Amino acid sequence: MAQEPQAIELRGLARHFGERTALRDVTLSVPAGATLAVLGRNGAGKSTLLRILATLLRPHAGEVKLLGEPLPRRAFAVRAQLGYLAHEPLLYRDLSGRQNLRYHAQLHRASEERVEQLLAAVGMAGRADDPVRTLSRGMVQRLAVCRAVLHEPRVLLLDEPRANLDPAAGELIEPLIGRPAGLTRVLTSHDPRSALVEADLVLGLREGRPAFVAQPNQLDEQRLQALYG
Amino acid sequence: MRTVLAVLRKDLMLELRTFETLPAMVLFSLATFVIFHFALGRATISGQLAAGILTVTLLFASMLAINRLFVADREQGGFDAFLLAPVDRSALLIAKAAALFTFLVVLEVIAVPAFGLLLLGPSLGPPLGGLVVLLALADVALAVIGTLVSAIAVQTRARDLIGPVIGLPLLIPALIATARGAGPLLSEHGQGFPPGRWLAILALYDLVFALLAYALFDFLLED
Amino acid sequence: MTTYGRGLRGLTLATAATLALALALVFFYAPLDADQGFIQKIFYIHVPLAIVSLCGFVFGGVLAIGHLRTGDRKWDMRSYVAIHMSLIFGIAALLAGSIWAKASWGHWWVWDDPTLVSFLIVLLLFATYQPLRFSIEDSERQARYASVFAIVAGAFVPLNFIAVRLAQGFVHPRVLTLTGGNLPGSMRLTFLVSFAGIVLLFTTLWKYELTVKSTRIQIRRLRRELLGDDAVRPLGRSAAPS
Repeated sequence: MAQEPQAIELRGLARHFGERTALRDVTLSVPAGATLAVLGRNGAGKSTLLRILATLLRPHAGEVKLLGEPLPRRAFAVRAQLGYLAHEPLLYRDLSGRQNLRYHAQLHRASEERVEQLLAAVGMAGRADDPVRTLSRGMVQRLAVCRAVLHEPRVLLLDEPRANLDPAAGELIEPLIGRPAGLTRVLTSHDPRSALVEADLVLGLREGRPAFVAQPNQLDEQRLQALYG
Repeated sequence: MRTVLAVLRKDLMLELRTFETLPAMVLFSLATFVIFHFALGRATISGQLAAGILTVTLLFASMLAINRLFVADREQGGFDAFLLAPVDRSALLIAKAAALFTFLVVLEVIAVPAFGLLLLGPSLGPPLGGLVVLLALADVALAVIGTLVSAIAVQTRARDLIGPVIGLPLLIPALIATARGAGPLLSEHGQGFPPGRWLAILALYDLVFALLAYALFDFLLED
Repeated sequence: MTTYGRGLRGLTLATAATLALALALVFFYAPLDADQGFIQKIFYIHVPLAIVSLCGFVFGGVLAIGHLRTGDRKWDMRSYVAIHMSLIFGIAALLAGSIWAKASWGHWWVWDDPTLVSFLIVLLLFATYQPLRFSIEDSERQARYASVFAIVAGAFVPLNFIAVRLAQGFVHPRVLTLTGGNLPGSMRLTFLVSFAGIVLLFTTLWKYELTVKSTRIQIRRLRRELLGDDAVRPLGRSAAPS
C-alpha cells in the first residue's frame, strides 16, 4: 500500500527549557488535510509543541518533519507554508489593523488586495484604520486570524483560535481557519469537547509526555479526565 | 532588501505614530547643553572641550534610542512576527541599524545647530562639511553597536541597564576618534576637515563591527 | 563525556616549580633598576599578568566561536572559565600596575600610558560579562548570548589598543617603559620564566575550574537519570553555565 505523504511527522520529539522538560517522546503522524487536536492542562506543553511546528523553537531531540521537510534544517523552506495563530495577536498596538497586515504582507510576499479581501471577510474593513490598541479583544483576534492566513499557508497552527470570539465572529473566521478551509490543522484548546468535534486525531499531553494519541471516537470521559485531573 | 525596507518603514511609522523616541532625544540633548553651560560657568566653549561635550551628549542621547529599539517588538510579538516570515534574518539587523541611524541623523540636524547657538564660540559654518562626514561615520558606529547591544539587552531582565553598560565600553574607541576628530574643527581658526587618522579609525571600527554584527546576529534570534 | 582532570597533577607541579623558579630569579638574579629601585621588580608580575589576561580574553572569544559553530555547551563552559579567569588576572595586573605607578611616580593612576588606559577599558567591558549572563534566565539562551558577547568583546581588544595608542601615543611618551624595549639578558631570562609561570598558572587554574564544574554537572545529570527528577533541586538563577 503506497504511503501517502504525511503533512506532519513527529518521532520522539523532545524539548526542554534549562532543566525543565517541556516535551518528551512525542510521536505521531498527521495526514494532509486532517486536523490534530492537542489537549492538556496549562503547562502541559501544548504551546511549546505548536511553537516547534511553527519553526520558532528548535527541537532538542527526535525528528520533526513538516510537509516532508525536516526541521530545523529546512525551516526556511517551509515557513511560507505555515500559518501560526499564537496566543498573542503579534500585532503592533500603535499601528492600525491595515498597517499591521500590510507589514506582514510585505514580509510574506502577499498582495495588498489579499489584505483588503481578508479585512472584508472578517468584517473589519470599517475599523481597519484604527490603532489596534483601540479595538476590542474579539476584533484583535479577527485581525490575528487574517495575519495567520494572509499568505495562504497549507498548514495552520492554531493556539486557542476561538478565544475572545463571540459566535458571530466565530462564524466569520470559520471559512478561513475551520474545517471548510480544507487545510492541515493543529489546534489546541482548553475545551476538549469542542476540539473533539473538529478533530481527526487527538494528542493528549500530560506534563510534556503524551498520555494518548487516538481518534476522537476512541476516547471516553475517563481518559479525558485523566488528562486534567 | 525588500524585507529591510518593510521593517524600516514599519519602525519609522511606529515612531511617527507614537513620537516616543525622537522628542526625548532632542529634549535631552538641549537640556544637557543648558546644564553644561551652567556647570562649566563659561560664556562659550571651543576646541577639544567643545568636541568632547558634543560627542558625549550625542552618545547619551543615543542611549535613549538604543534602550527602546527592540522593546516594542519584544512586548508586542514583533520578534515572532518577523521570525515566522520566510526572510533572511539579518535583514532585521540592517533595518534596525538603519532606523537608529535615521534617528541619530534627525537628532543631529537639530542638536548640532543648537549646540552652535548655545555653547559654541567659533562659527559652525566653515567646519560643517567635515563635521557632517565625521558624525556620519560616528553614527554608523553608534547604529551598529547600538543595535547589537540592544538586541542582547532586550532579552535580559535588567533590560535598560545592561544596554548602556555593555555598549559604552564598546563604543569608547569610536568616541575617542569622534571627539578627537572634531576638536580641531571646533577651535578658533580651526580646520575645515578632521585629521585623516580619526576618520580611518572610525571607518575601520565601523567595518569590523558591522561585519561581526552581521555574522552573529542570527544567533541572537534563534531559539 | 570530556574529562578535564587528566594530567592535572603534572601541570600543577610544573606550575609550582616554574613560579618558584621565577620568584627566585626575581629576588636574587634580576638586576636592581637604577632609577626605580626594588619596586621595578613588580614589572615581572605586572606585565605577564596583563599579557596573559588579554590573551585569555581573546582566547575566550575564540572558544565562544567554537560554541556557536558546534552548539556544544562545553565550549561555552571553556569560554566562560577563560573569561572570568582573565578578569581576575586582569584586575591583579591593574592593581600591580597601580602599585608600580604609585611607587614610581607618586600617582595611583596615570592617564598618560596608553596601554594602561586601554587595559582599563577592556576590563570595564569584560566586567559586564557575568552580569549579562546572570540577567538571562534560560540557560541555553544565556550561553548563546554570552558567546556572542565574548566574540564581539574579544575582537574589541586589539581594536581598542590601536585606537587608544593612536589617541595618546603621539602626545606623551609611554611612562611605564623600561630600557626602551630591549631587555638585557638577565632581565629577559627572569621575564620569560615569570611569563611562563603565569601562563602555566592560568592553564592550570583553567583546567581545575573546568574539572570541578563539569564534574558537578555530570553528577547532577546522573542523579537525575538514576533517582528521577525530584532528587535534584533546581539550580535557580546563575551566571555560570550548567
